[in-house]
Amino acid sequence: MTGRESLAETGQDRDWEMQARARAIVAEHQGQPGALLPLLHAIQAEFGCVEPSVVPVLAEGLNLSVAEVHGVVTFYHDLRHARPGRHVIKVCQAEACQAVGADSLLAHVRRSLGVDRGGTPPDDAFTVDVVYCLGNCALGPTVMIDDVVHGRVTPARFDALADVRRRAAP
Amino acid sequence: MSAVTVTVPRDTAALSVGADDVAAAIVAEADRRGLAVTLVRTGSRGLFWLEPMVEVVGPDGVRHAYGPMTADDVPGLFDADFLEAIDHHPLAHGPTDSIAYLKDQQRLTFARCGVIDPLSVIDYRTHGGFVGLDRALTMAPEAICAEITHGGLRGRGGAGFPTGIKWTTVREAPGPTKYICCNADEGDGGTFADRMLMEGDPFLLIEGMTIAALAVGAREGFVYVRSEYPRAIATLRAAIATAEAEGWLGEGIHGTDRAFHLHVRVGAGAYICGEETAMLESLEGRRGQVRAKPPLPAHEGLFGKPTVVNNVLTLAAVPVILAQGAAFYRDFGAGRSRGTQPFQLAGNIRRGGLVELAFGVRLTDLVHRFGGGTLSGRPVRAVQVGGPLGAYLPGDGLDVAADYETLAETGAMLGHGGLVVFDDTVDMARQARFAMAFCAIESCGKCTPCRIGSQRGVEVIDRIMAGENRAANRAVLDDLCEVMAEASLCAMGGLTPNPVRSALAHFPEDFKRPPTARAAE
Ligand SMILES: Cc1cc2nc3c(=O)[nH]c(=O)nc-3n(C[C@H](O)[C@H](O)[C@H](O)COP(=O)(O)O)c2cc1C
Ligand code: SF4
Ligand code: FES
Repeated sequence: MTGRESLAETGQDRDWEMQARARAIVAEHQGQPGALLPLLHAIQAEFGCVEPSVVPVLAEGLNLSVAEVHGVVTFYHDLRHARPGRHVIKVCQAEACQAVGADSLLAHVRRSLGVDRGGTPPDDAFTVDVVYCLGNCALGPTVMIDDVVHGRVTPARFDALADVRRRAAP
Repeated sequence: MSAVTVTVPRDTAALSVGADDVAAAIVAEADRRGLAVTLVRTGSRGLFWLEPMVEVVGPDGVRHAYGPMTADDVPGLFDADFLEAIDHHPLAHGPTDSIAYLKDQQRLTFARCGVIDPLSVIDYRTHGGFVGLDRALTMAPEAICAEITHGGLRGRGGAGFPTGIKWTTVREAPGPTKYICCNADEGDGGTFADRMLMEGDPFLLIEGMTIAALAVGAREGFVYVRSEYPRAIATLRAAIATAEAEGWLGEGIHGTDRAFHLHVRVGAGAYICGEETAMLESLEGRRGQVRAKPPLPAHEGLFGKPTVVNNVLTLAAVPVILAQGAAFYRDFGAGRSRGTQPFQLAGNIRRGGLVELAFGVRLTDLVHRFGGGTLSGRPVRAVQVGGPLGAYLPGDGLDVAADYETLAETGAMLGHGGLVVFDDTVDMARQARFAMAFCAIESCGKCTPCRIGSQRGVEVIDRIMAGENRAANRAVLDDLCEVMAEASLCAMGGLTPNPVRSALAHFPEDFKRPPTARAAE
């Protein structure tokens, strides 16, 4: 067996395993009306993204076409097609945060982590996204790291928040 | 000495500036000194510039406020005997209800927010909760709808449609299956009232939705909450479970044979899903694309059934109207805008937060008397009122009454009640560009004026900013705005020209600056 074949095989094993887990999640959500969005959230919570290989499983489970499911996945900004870094950083760019320097904060975040928009730096620690309003508009600039909102974020405060997470074990 | 009650908010905004650290420090310090403290986590009072704002309940039951606190301030406050509710400390603000910002408000919807433990039914009832629902349980559906109509309640989601009329349409629609959908998508930059309410007083929303269900004959409801609000989602889910367990929701509401089942659904980062028909599409598991109207959701809404779609603040105003009567609610307000509006002061503002007042308050009062002007201390140059689709008003043009009709006359709109303040460093050409860019990013793609027009709008403003052929490009921009305003299917494309045109009208100099001046900044 060549190295190439064994690699392909592990890839396939991974897909199978993922599809099996996806089937279990589908079974949990199938019953409710309008199940697709809750199901997609559950899939992303489990795998970090909605990989193309699970889309047929979802389509089959909900009696939809693959195209329909794909159409939904691509419509919503939250749904990812690839796994993000260990921490997801969302920098608010809506008006209230703009008024207190959200754009220069975003520039700082990208510079300090070395990423482009939507990008993940090489150490895989962070993915940086923009977001439009986190409901913390009187205490901006606002940044969400994973599910936690931080207000009045100065560049120094951002660096401290990122450092803590970088140092924590993955 | 018996245990002293200390409250620390667990509202997202308070947490964003360290409320958890402060709470932990208070517990640790009390422990170290052997003092008995009962820590209660509340919602926020909405005085965000004082967050984390801690309150100590004095021996007379009066709450005294301290803030903005850090964990490092805690030992010093214990040294100053803050557990005795002292007022002589640099961080002390005296009795909370006497703070001018709060005292001068008319809090109907937000009366309990920041005061009670959001997940305690006992607290909720002690502060007047479920009185409106108890009354509604004794009333005929027609009578509930009539009460809301007479109260003059209009939709707080932006369009200001009379709620009683919407409910009556759904009540009269044929068929046994109807739905109540709460729009908690709150996508407008500069707004946070829905979030605060869901985190700080979730039973109020549940009560309002249940009353709506009784009024139209619905047995099932959904709250569509944006994914950017994880704490609101968690609080609401916990509150629903508690309300069911304690007999206020589900089968047999408060010992009657009435039933209402409530579910939370989470959005996925699409601004357009705040538009009601896009929200319904999303709830049904599809792309959030706008539906053509008619049919109205009141006739054919969720899963094709008659559906009430109301904003969080609309539904949260309902219990007060039932509890205190339509006349009480109507007494607040101006012209055809009745009741109170939770305004949200945001952006570059010294005292940002939630200000609930009867309609008719002047914008300048909100921005200056309450808000204290800019955080930077520079002059207020522009205020965007009513979210990303709302107009920019100049700093010297704020002597306007905040009610639906008066604002419309000045070419502005109230929207969801957000005011975003900018100082004199703002570049209004960039703000106009952002309005178009936001529309391009968030357009549902169904119609051309919006999908393509906004993209073209960005390009044209870029050329104007770069100083290319300004007169000709300005004419193109005017035409684009005209087409978007006239030919878009929904208000996303239709109202995006508002911020653009108002920026052009009030701040023309920003579109004439030499490109090098901008690049050099
Ligand atoms: C682009 C767009 C976004 C909207 N976003 C929201 C929103 O986030 N929350 C909301 O309650 N209404 C929003 N609306 C208004 C809704 O379509 C609808 O009018 C409202 O939910 C009805 O409830 P109400 O009568 O209680 O205001 C939006 C409308 C448009 C066109
Ligand atoms: S105006 Fe924009 S958001 Fe509204 S239906 Fe048309 S494309 Fe969709
Ligand atoms: S505008 Fe940034 S949190 Fe609302």
